[in-house]
Amino acid sequence: MNRGTGGGAVAAGFSLLFFSFLFGPLIIMVITAFNSSSFPRITPWECFTTEWFGVLFANDRLMSGLLNSLVIAVSVVAIAVPVGLAGALALSELSSRLRAVLYTVLITPILIPGVVLGISTIVFWGALGRSVGAEYGSFFFSGMFLTLAGQVTFVSAYAMLVFLARLQRFDPILTEAALDLGATPGQAFRKILLPFLAPAIASAAFLTFLASFENYNTTVFTILSGNTFTTALASKVRHGTDPSLSALAVIIIGLTLIGAIVHEAYTRRKEVLRSGIARRSRIYSNPVLKTLVHPLTVFLILAGVAAFAAYEGTRHDASVCKQQILDDKRARQHELLEEQRRKMQEQQKTVAPVVSPSEGPAKANPSPFGGAFSPNGLTPGQNAPASSGTPAEAPATANPSPFGGAFNPGALKPSP
Amino acid sequence: MPDAVLSGMRLPVYPGPFSRLSESAMATRDIVLDHVSIRFGAYTAVDNAHLVIKGGEFFSFLGPSGCGKTTLLRCISGFSDPTEGRVLIGGQDMKGIGPNKRPTALIFQNLALFPLMSVADNIAFPLEVRGVGRKDRRKRAEELLEMIALPGVGDKKVHELSGGQRQRVAIARALAVEPDILLLDEPLSALDLKLRHHMRTELRTIQQQVGLTFIYITHDQGEALTMSDRVAVMNAGVIEQVDPPESIYNRPKTSFVASFVGESNAIEGKVASQSEVLVSVDTPLGRLQGRAAGGRQYRAGDDCILFIRPEQLSVGGGHSNSLTANQVKEEFEGNARQLFLEANGIPLRLSRVNLGGPADSISGGAVQVGFEPEQAIVLPHGVLAGA
Repeated sequence: MNRGTGGGAVAAGFSLLFFSFLFGPLIIMVITAFNSSSFPRITPWECFTTEWFGVLFANDRLMSGLLNSLVIAVSVVAIAVPVGLAGALALSELSSRLRAVLYTVLITPILIPGVVLGISTIVFWGALGRSVGAEYGSFFFSGMFLTLAGQVTFVSAYAMLVFLARLQRFDPILTEAALDLGATPGQAFRKILLPFLAPAIASAAFLTFLASFENYNTTVFTILSGNTFTTALASKVRHGTDPSLSALAVIIIGLTLIGAIVHEAYTRRKEVLRSGIARRSRIYSNPVLKTLVHPLTVFLILAGVAAFAAYEGTRHDASVCKQQILDDKRARQHELLEEQRRKMQEQQKTVAPVVSPSEGPAKANPSPFGGAFSPNGLTPGQNAPASSGTPAEAPATANPSPFGGAFNPGALKPSP
Repeated sequence: MPDAVLSGMRLPVYPGPFSRLSESAMATRDIVLDHVSIRFGAYTAVDNAHLVIKGGEFFSFLGPSGCGKTTLLRCISGFSDPTEGRVLIGGQDMKGIGPNKRPTALIFQNLALFPLMSVADNIAFPLEVRGVGRKDRRKRAEELLEMIALPGVGDKKVHELSGGQRQRVAIARALAVEPDILLLDEPLSALDLKLRHHMRTELRTIQQQVGLTFIYITHDQGEALTMSDRVAVMNAGVIEQVDPPESIYNRPKTSFVASFVGESNAIEGKVASQSEVLVSVDTPLGRLQGRAAGGRQYRAGDDCILFIRPEQLSVGGGHSNSLTANQVKEEFEGNARQLFLEANGIPLRLSRVNLGGPADSISGGAVQVGFEPEQAIVLPHGVLAGA
């Protein structure tokens, strides 16, 4: 960093803080995925284990949710991308005043909170289903269908925005030229506009897939009693978490990293080829290196590394270490118990000679009830010596009754 | 511009893959604009255009920006329908026939080459959409590249070509399926001067080679006059005159044509008298004589304008029309000197050809200039170009 632009220790420190803020949680989560502790934590470190991946894959709810999410996401892409494209095309064809109105209408689903969209989707389709007399088993009441319908409403608007941005750079003269050269409108669309939009289609598909896959606000309502990946995840977190979620995070981070690196390799290669410095470049003039930095090679290498790691992970057995930990724990527990017992015995020894068990509590614990609840309070042995007078007098003095001692057990006795 | 390109462009004769059509076939290729008007709401872009463009003709529409010439061209190529009137090509009414079904090919102002395709794919596009096989397409593209003197660039991308090369690729693409009519919308306006001059002759050569009808749109009178068989001068949606270039220049029919095509000194006045073709006009510069345009009869007192070309105005006395003017400035243009004069508040311009000798500089002050009545033309008062 350049000193003149304010570099130095402060900037370095700030960068460090910034990056630890960004990546700290991820790094910690990745580490917890490999700790055998049943709660996700780093300390105390117990055993290196891969069992949480197994736990993750054994979670039926999460796995079926994942399958649902994938099915929904692919369907959303298949519907939202063409719908978004159609919307963008319509917008670019309209007069400017009509366009402003339609734009607002089409963009509204993005602005409406997902919760509202989710509820209104259920209500709308439910009402529609009932009005046509559909049964509860029909698709009107199917979580998958409702989620698809709910997500498409706003995800297509995302796709539309992507297409609009690209379409603004399209020269409509090209379509006219194609028509003039004999192309039908369909051919002009397929051969001229669609190739131009190809990058936008790819990014719209990617964006809509992610938007659908990670959606929670709308989905949590529309999926009804079913589960998608996000809703299953959320309920799992709510009911208590374990490191299998960390394992999931590791997988997602791994996939993201592979995707990002392959994409970077792709863009770099494209840039080098486009700018024509390929011949001068040391890497691209060497056939081996050139093959090595090809995105496909990069992908294969990374996928291989991931597969190897996964394979090694399945073979890793932490049971010995875990047994050791368990034994340690047991030993420790035993030790603690022993210690406690010893302490108690010690305590008994030191306390017993000074205070008698009967008097001890009364003295040590001055009761507001005057010792009425004292364990020895009702023992006759203790009262008897105290009441040396007649039996009738003794209770009266001890317990002045509002009934003048009429219920005194001794009161019915024939007086001498 | 690389040398190789220029030398390539100098190829005078193209091995043309086209055969000239017979005279009878040409007659059926006439384009008829039958009282065509095009309106956008209250705005009239083209007003009652009525003319016949003959098959095989190089026909130009000349006019300033916004005169409706491009609108008319788009109407002929099928991107819009006339509000009134009909467009007939080869005797067939074109109403409802889309641009892809008309025997026309349009070369756009910005050429509209497809940026994502190679040069060969661009040229072969019209064949591709007609279902011609890949091999035949490639062969035909090579043929056409040969014709435009650009062999071997088929695999290049469009952006790798220079302006002039793109120009010729666009022409080759338009000619790929042998249209009857080639429409060109100011295709040379983006080129530099030298290339533009070169392309003029080139276009004319191609047109004569392939024998197609060329309809050329331009605001550049030099292009229109050098290339065309006939020129239609348009102003504000109205076709003012349709004639061969020489007639347009020498015998303009309206004041707009006289002032728009070439330079002209316009002197306003009133008709004093007319004898046969000669009209006497009372102007602020005195009584001047000129030809009556197109055998027109004037009455005394009519408002009129007398036009005299700068190159037909000459220094010195001894002319039937003679006037005294003050010199304002002089400009050297290479092939000519422009003398800017002023007489009684009216600016005059006089052009003297550079004959290579030392400039016989005219010292400032009063200059005697004059012209013959046959050189000047008298037109009814009307709109002037740029006014």
